[in-house]
Amino acid sequence: MKTKSIFSSRNLPMYVTICLFFLMFGLGAVSFKGFFSLQNFLNLFIDNAYLIIIGVGMTFVIISGGIDLSVGSVLALSTMLASSLLEKSHMDPILVIPIVLLVGISLGLFMGFLIQKFDLPPFIITLAGLYLARGLCYVISLDTIGITNAFWQKAAQSQINIGDSFISPSVVIALVVFFGGIFISRNTKFGRTVFAIGGNEQSALLMGLPVARTKIWLYGFSGFCSSLAGIVFTFYTQSGYALNGKGMEMDAIAAVVIGGTLLTGGVGSMVGTLFGVFIFGTIQLLIAFQGTLNSWWTRIAIGFLVFVFCFLQRVFETRKVAKEAPEPSAKAGAKAAEA
Amino acid sequence: MPDIAPIVEMKRINKVFPGVRALSDVNFRLFKGEVHAIMGQNGAGKSTLVKVLTGVYKQDSGEMLLEGRPIRPDSPLAAQKLGINTVYQEVNLCLNLSVAENIFIGREPMKLGSIDWKTMNRKAAEVLLRLNIKIDVTRTLSSYSIAIQQMVAIARVLDSSAKVLILDEPTSSLDEGEVEQLFKVIRKLRDEGLAILFITHFLDQTYQISDRITVLKNGTFVGEYMTEKLPKLELIAKMLGKELSEFNYSATGEAKRDAKRDAERAAAAHGSSAETMLRAEGLGRHGSIAPFDLDLHKGDVLGLAGLLGSGRTEMARLLFGIDSADRGDILVKGKKTTLGSPHSAMMKGLGFCSEDRKNEGIFAELSIRENIILALQAKRGAFRYLTKGKQLEIADKLIKDLAIKTPNSDNEIRQLSGGNQQKVMLARWLATDPSILILDEPTRGIDVGAKLEIMEQILNLSREGLGVIFISSEFEEVIRCSTRVAVLKDKAKVAELQGEDMTERGIMQTIAGGK
Repeated sequence: MKTKSIFSSRNLPMYVTICLFFLMFGLGAVSFKGFFSLQNFLNLFIDNAYLIIIGVGMTFVIISGGIDLSVGSVLALSTMLASSLLEKSHMDPILVIPIVLLVGISLGLFMGFLIQKFDLPPFIITLAGLYLARGLCYVISLDTIGITNAFWQKAAQSQINIGDSFISPSVVIALVVFFGGIFISRNTKFGRTVFAIGGNEQSALLMGLPVARTKIWLYGFSGFCSSLAGIVFTFYTQSGYALNGKGMEMDAIAAVVIGGTLLTGGVGSMVGTLFGVFIFGTIQLLIAFQGTLNSWWTRIAIGFLVFVFCFLQRVFETRKVAKEAPEPSAKAGAKAAEA
Repeated sequence: MPDIAPIVEMKRINKVFPGVRALSDVNFRLFKGEVHAIMGQNGAGKSTLVKVLTGVYKQDSGEMLLEGRPIRPDSPLAAQKLGINTVYQEVNLCLNLSVAENIFIGREPMKLGSIDWKTMNRKAAEVLLRLNIKIDVTRTLSSYSIAIQQMVAIARVLDSSAKVLILDEPTSSLDEGEVEQLFKVIRKLRDEGLAILFITHFLDQTYQISDRITVLKNGTFVGEYMTEKLPKLELIAKMLGKELSEFNYSATGEAKRDAKRDAERAAAAHGSSAETMLRAEGLGRHGSIAPFDLDLHKGDVLGLAGLLGSGRTEMARLLFGIDSADRGDILVKGKKTTLGSPHSAMMKGLGFCSEDRKNEGIFAELSIRENIILALQAKRGAFRYLTKGKQLEIADKLIKDLAIKTPNSDNEIRQLSGGNQQKVMLARWLATDPSILILDEPTRGIDVGAKLEIMEQILNLSREGLGVIFISSEFEEVIRCSTRVAVLKDKAKVAELQGEDMTERGIMQTIAGGK
């Protein structure tokens, strides 16, 4: 019975994603010399730490049945804010990090408030947020701001050794967010309310759940993730630039969808999103190892995968509906015949 | 038990909506350890009364007491907090969550800041066991039947604070076995001391499960009765707002009231060899109406009589292809066909006037002429546009034929009275030159004069050779117009009456089940 519930058709897309990841990684290992190494696997974490963090926030939003298009811009704004505060205002990192996070959370809460209070579509409100945050980047500076702060340098250069291989501090942050996301989604009232809203918002209301509060904080949480990802991004690039993370909202949504989270809400998982990000990264690795293909082939592969996964989800859903449709009951007929 | 104080008491409740007096001075009492049913026809005020009790509406005047203390819940949530819980027909749960979560979400057992899934699953299994259900509570709710989902909804509201349980049409999508299972649970909860308000259209179920019945009619309180002391026939009479003795009289008098009509009926009875326009063989749809046979001859008016929710409208929707049948056949003029959509039904010569004139009938912003021409234009297709002259000709002729009272066919339809709007609906279908017309409650909500005119038109049309199916909740009207009457009850056709048997009392007896 336990196995049946684990392999229920709801989770099937996620298992398909995990299998696909191992298949692709295996393909790389067979095709390219030096592909199969622990470091190469850890590089998936190192190179995509910011995407994992954004993905966690995005997964929550999508499970609730919403969407957050502002994540890429909020990330860019955070890189600008961090670099400007550090380099132009010479502020201490102890202050910079909370300020950046607060700005991200506030932006998210503001969007969540508009979405909830005035019953506005998340797509439009977060699109407005996308433009607003991107515009604010240019208010701070038109040019790249390089970061020379010692703390930042250290965060970029430190390595945490695992055997012969290593991970960066960013990976630790991403993993904390990832496991935090798992805990929130499975073991807190907030997390379960998000699932309930995604399943049926009207029912959630009638069951007496704090729908309004949860929805607002949901976007606040996504804003937190985006700004944290922005800080991690600056560890990576050592600079702030207004064009950072352009189109990243789409990468995040793609990773979430490939990870088996339903765009209609109610179903999804953090583990799926992690593997969605891994698949994203593996395609990039494969193209890099192959050497002759243009990096834009990543987009083509991702586009194709999103098509396939959306299609798969629909197939699973319809099969489920067909299975659950009530069988025509013979009893009703018998009743009529009696009369 | 009446000496015990009721747990809920509603006194002289009044509620007025724009243009409608939904409740006037209605009284209602609910006792601990009893199942109480509210019965009434369309517009009786049942749902309004329940909505006042559950905090969806606020009464204009009147008093509500819960355990002797006045209450004024202003939302369903507030009512829930007071211990008044409702389980709706469409189960208000989250299908994507597990059974246990659906029972406990919002008040999950916590341990060290984390949801204690183990305790929650164990407690959920315990609560369900109280309802005699043994299922895997960790599976998602969507993997269970509607019946189980309803039990889960009941389990959710069954904590210590629950005093009143309102079940709103819980049985309408259940099969017999599931209904029996639900009733077992209801009886168990009743015996444990819960006060249960049971709302249903099924007459037999009311008698199976309820201890007490309150009857409403047109927003007024008719009476409160113990179920065992109220014969079915009497209940039906009260729902129709009449006394049984009245029927005894009219049953004999009525047959001779309209001699002309009698002659026609006789002719139609003889002429049942006349061309069959529409025939249904074992036609049915799961959860909507049980399989039925039906014949409609040329010049026939077939009445469909039954109480609210008996399946009249569902039958009409199947016959016009609005809902698709999942079994049986439809024959139009002897030829087996499938009516995939209203459009295909229209192309085969059928017409249908919906009971919901405002939402499914008229286009309020369009003119009378446009409203009349609509169906005809749809039948011809967009590329064979009717010239304005032609449109005017058709509209003016029908306005004259049906005596629609308007100075000009270009006036907006919403300026017309209900009766005249209804005639426009009739005109719309007559313009398509149908051979079969299905009229669902064409006389509802219009004045007496207009009713008579509409009925006169129906008779005229049948004389011209149309086959008409006529639906009305007024049995008297059905009998006056029809050559035969099909009686429906609890979503099934139970009998067909004609000639001598076709009286109000006959219909009521058929519904009550006493021959």
